[in-house]
Amino acid sequence: MPNGPDLVIIGGGPAGLTAGIYACRARLQTVLLEKTSPGGQVLVTDYVENYPGFPDKVSGYALIDQMVAQAKRFGLSIENGEVASVAPRQDKGVIELGLAGGKTLSPRSVIVATGASPNQLGVPGEKELTGKGVSYCAVCDGPFFRDQEVAVVGGGDSAVQEALFLTKIVKKVYLIHRRDELRAIKLLQERALSEPKIQPVWNSVVEKINGSDQVESLSLLNRETGEHSSLSVQGVFIFVGIQPNTSFLKNLLKTDERGFIITDEWMRTSVQGIFAAGDCRAKPLRQISTAVGDGACAAFAVEHMLNGY
Amino acid sequence: MANDNVMHVSDAEFDSQILQSDIPALVDFWAAWCGPCRAIAPVIEELAGQYQGKVKIAKMNVDENPVTPGKYGIRAIPTLIIFKNGTVVEQITGAVGKAMIESALQKAL
Ligand SMILES: Cc1cc2nc3c(=O)[nH]c(=O)nc-3n(C[C@H](O)[C@H](O)[C@H](O)COP(=O)(O)OP(=O)(O)OC[C@H]3O[C@@H](n4cnc5c(N)ncnc54)[C@H](O)[C@@H]3O)c2cc1C
Repeated sequence: MPNGPDLVIIGGGPAGLTAGIYACRARLQTVLLEKTSPGGQVLVTDYVENYPGFPDKVSGYALIDQMVAQAKRFGLSIENGEVASVAPRQDKGVIELGLAGGKTLSPRSVIVATGASPNQLGVPGEKELTGKGVSYCAVCDGPFFRDQEVAVVGGGDSAVQEALFLTKIVKKVYLIHRRDELRAIKLLQERALSEPKIQPVWNSVVEKINGSDQVESLSLLNRETGEHSSLSVQGVFIFVGIQPNTSFLKNLLKTDERGFIITDEWMRTSVQGIFAAGDCRAKPLRQISTAVGDGACAAFAVEHMLNGY
Repeated sequence: MANDNVMHVSDAEFDSQILQSDIPALVDFWAAWCGPCRAIAPVIEELAGQYQGKVKIAKMNVDENPVTPGKYGIRAIPTLIIFKNGTVVEQITGAVGKAMIESALQKAL
């Protein structure tokens, strides 16, 4: 494609959609590529309570529908496509994008807004039993465990929030955390610790997930006492942090040791013409509100670069 | 976007429509409450158009049809299962990209 768009945004989560709104309003010819359909991690969230403007909380779906409608209103073109390779062509002043399936695009600038995916525990049984009791999405899979006993692994905001969501469905939630106190914000801690259906299992790590065809139990190690034990559950929901969806960049951009893309305040990466926004970026807080801020700023920076301000 | 190429299959029709199908079949197990299911729905519709006559592409609502998901031990959605001559040849969990589903379909053809 000789005359590529001004800007391609990779990923249709809150960061990408916001960048789309700002870019279209700046009259940049913009294409957003999304490998499934827009929404990103917001679609695995039950309700969002901390995004301003929704005092009565808002469902993940509803929030994304609104963002998509807003972006489309300003003419954002959202296409289905998974970017598999990125190659800057400084000589031609474009960035060459290779899509899974073989198509290519050569925009003048790129915003990487590919977000993040859940970390795995990396223990035996996890891969084999994924979809068979091992889950990374309580909203998707919780209803299969009605009136059963499940475990949630993790102690951060996501783990605690999802454990609370699961109490609406299941009989009991064991909240397994490697330390003796939660890392989640205080409000969520208070709710979890006063919820009778949640039983914390402190100082413990999962060593193995057991079951022949479905999850049957977890092998636990208490890090304080060194004691091994077995916990019988039908499901285990894992929320132990996230990893950036940046492997398709194959070390093109400077990242931190975990693969999160390093940018400056303008969301500029180490390669001219390539910007990054949202959860894929190295930053202290990964939330919808910060993804939205990054997206706006990245589009603004692209506009400045292309117009030579 | 409504698409006539995607059929909705129920527990009662599963055997005749999917297991007895003379071409490979892909079944998307989904539910209304599942965000990622919604995210891949347009991809499934596109594939149904593309593979018309080559692969039967169907959706099964797990709330309305408890028997089949139980039989295949489905405890996560979206789950995509590709059947060939009545047996499972591929099972994909979660909202994956179109390219990954296509490569699984190519293998089944
Ligand atoms: C369980 C859970 C609960 C949460 N609860 C809250 C909350 O209550 N409040 C809050 O503010 N935040 C919450 N978050 C965090 C919030 O969802 C994220 O910070 C936010 O979604 C990040 O937005 P993003 O646009 O950077 O990335 P994402 O939302 O991850 O979106 C990235 C998009 O890029 C697409 N993509 C990836 N790779 C490619 C590729 N190669 N080509 C094309 N497309 C690609 C993906 O399909 C995805 O749609 C929660 C997260 C989780 C997991």
